Amino acid sequence: MAIEHSSVDLSDAMILEPTALADWIITAPVIIPLIAGALLLMIRHETRFHAGIAIGALLLALLGHIGLLARVLETGPLTMTMGRWLPPFGISFTADVLGASMGLAATLSALVCALYSLTDIGARGRRYGFYGFLMLMMAGVNGAFITGDIFNLYVWFEVFLISSFGLLVLGSERRQLDGATKYAILNLLGTTLFLTATALLYGALGTLNMADIARVMPEVQDSIPAGTLATLFFFAFAMKAAAFPVNFWLPASYHTPRIAAAALFGGVLTKIGVYALLRTFGMLMPDQLTLLSTLIAWVAAATMIIGVMGALAQTDLRRILGFVVISGVGTMMAGLALGSVEGFSGAIFYAFHSILVMTALYLLAGVMNGLAGTYSLRTLSGLYTSHPLVAAFAFLLFLAVSGLPPASGLWPKVMLIRASIDGGAPWLAFAILLSSLLTMLALGRVFLLAVWRPAVEPSTAMVVSPGIGYAALLVLAVPIVWMGVYPEPFANVATKAAAGLTDTSAYIRSVFPEVVQ
Amino acid sequence: MDLIFTLTVAVFFTVGFYLMLSRHNIRILIGIAIFGNAVNLTIFTAGRITRLAPPIIPIDADALAAGTANPLPQALILTAIVISFSFFAFLLVLAFRTYQELGTDDTDDMRVAEPKNEGLPPLGY
Amino acid sequence: MQTLIFRTAAPYISSLMVLFSIFVTLRGHNEPGGGFIGGLIAASAAAVYGIAYGVPAVRKALYFHPMAIAGSGLMLSALSGVFSIFHGVPLMTGVWGSFGFLGATVDIATVVTFDLGVYLVVLGSFTSIALALEEREDG
Repeated sequence: MAIEHSSVDLSDAMILEPTALADWIITAPVIIPLIAGALLLMIRHETRFHAGIAIGALLLALLGHIGLLARVLETGPLTMTMGRWLPPFGISFTADVLGASMGLAATLSALVCALYSLTDIGARGRRYGFYGFLMLMMAGVNGAFITGDIFNLYVWFEVFLISSFGLLVLGSERRQLDGATKYAILNLLGTTLFLTATALLYGALGTLNMADIARVMPEVQDSIPAGTLATLFFFAFAMKAAAFPVNFWLPASYHTPRIAAAALFGGVLTKIGVYALLRTFGMLMPDQLTLLSTLIAWVAAATMIIGVMGALAQTDLRRILGFVVISGVGTMMAGLALGSVEGFSGAIFYAFHSILVMTALYLLAGVMNGLAGTYSLRTLSGLYTSHPLVAAFAFLLFLAVSGLPPASGLWPKVMLIRASIDGGAPWLAFAILLSSLLTMLALGRVFLLAVWRPAVEPSTAMVVSPGIGYAALLVLAVPIVWMGVYPEPFANVATKAAAGLTDTSAYIRSVFPEVVQ
Repeated sequence: MDLIFTLTVAVFFTVGFYLMLSRHNIRILIGIAIFGNAVNLTIFTAGRITRLAPPIIPIDADALAAGTANPLPQALILTAIVISFSFFAFLLVLAFRTYQELGTDDTDDMRVAEPKNEGLPPLGY
Repeated sequence: MQTLIFRTAAPYISSLMVLFSIFVTLRGHNEPGGGFIGGLIAASAAAVYGIAYGVPAVRKALYFHPMAIAGSGLMLSALSGVFSIFHGVPLMTGVWGSFGFLGATVDIATVVTFDLGVYLVVLGSFTSIALALEEREDG
């Protein structure tokens, strides 16, 4: 290497210790889907290999996430800085408990969606590049969870966003084009606002590395317009997370793509907005979070209640689910608004639950459509007598999303309600309970009409065999019941993730080992 | 110099947002393109505008001389330009396809995914 | 735009643009230039050729589907980034090697292969967007 002969002291600019092979696990969740996506684009006509490659790559990425989470839980945050440049000049990947655990849940949900797509996506969809886009989107999602640089976070946002456009218009139906136009324009607007906020943050602080921002923010926040920056970040991420009043792109678009893509969108994409909110406000700008907490609490309450009221008014099953996704985002933002470790851990636990349950609900809608040939509550009926297994899955998932035992929704809501009462915001606890009640009503009606009601049309023609759908739902039902029956491990991980946000010393030390705190 | 750039950024943002408030897709798209450029100029201005030497290491030296400009804002802008250009190209194709399929670029008439007057869901059986 | 003058000139313009795009890409190693702008010039070459001769002619001339070109470029870039795993350095670190070729020593670096990958990604994706737009105009 040419630079080794130079007379300059390289240790001022570069990391000279060799990188251990075990540290490469941090790149696995990003690199594996990226390479698989490239491969799938290269062999787009060999459609018979597509599903196998995609599922294999997602399995590997899932294993990578499990290894990464185990390592992060044991030894604290892990950092790898690109190109050997010392941080904050090199771009760092820093995995902490929050990023690794949410990435794990997201990758599991993607794996299940890839499994379900075996029945949902035909040869035409594959040739169009469904699996390629899916892989690139997961590379972007995992990159967003793992990166330790705020500009790099923006880049990963754009990577998964442009792949999600590809998934959304798969098939080019009229309604898809309609939904995709609104989704694309408003999401691009949201990420561009995020970029604006990042530009101003860079102008104020001169750094983009998250650990560096967390380090210098307390010292300089009184001399920079930190509140304005925080408001811009809040607006941009709230748009991404679909919080009221900037949520209307979601119910306009999420019911239009193929159900495997919709399940992934509903499960994962809004949670990245929530993750970004937790990261910027919990870790980088805690004092500005205090400043905005009343606003965030009102936004959270409005998102919860208005979201679920939208669900009450809908006839199409997928549009109901779109509104339920929004309501869940409000619940997580309530945890953010509290600004305490308890609130954050409730929000993070709720995010795990929401990623898995929303994916499962969309897949359930797909199975129901496969059996009855419709998503409309006017004709969807009689599933209890014809397919009791669907009724069982529907019952479990509706309990989960309403926050009733024995499914996963109960404990995160308990944590959030306790945190709101302890944090002096009992009205927020009331809002969470009210939204749970309304969710129960909305989905109870779905259960009543689609499952309980005797068939309105004499013969429901089975369109798609539900075998793979059952398998996909079963894979998701295991962690959902586990979270409801034995929540300790999940609550512990969520508490550790929240503690890692409020106490940044371990994160900073992982990026800047020489800093003694 | 800073003042001129700040005013330019303000004008760009104003024009971009004004166009995005339109009901017509094509104006919204032009607004987004201008908005993207406003953000690029914001990064440029936020990175401090100075009269310094370009940050290029001479062929016979190993390190930058003192007093060169900060190259990072330009790297950020380059990335942002690449991304906004790709998105704009994609959005252009999407808007064109939508116009062909739906026969309108008026967002008020784009009600295929969310039909008007859908009525209430069944209230009982 | 199918005038005689344009149709006669288009192949020369396109081939010159492709040549220039490769020059710009390789120049980008040490001087202004690089894979992105090179790929854009090459994609413009495909677009010019498409305006003169129609989209099917471009698809035939490219031989591979544009998205497959983009995929292979992404693969090349990703592998160049990961290559440093064998050298005990972090992701995306440039690794240099040299080999003798016709009596001269040629230095090759993962930086260059990464840039070539970017070139192919940009060429493939923007050609496919340009062709999508041109196709609509004809039909």
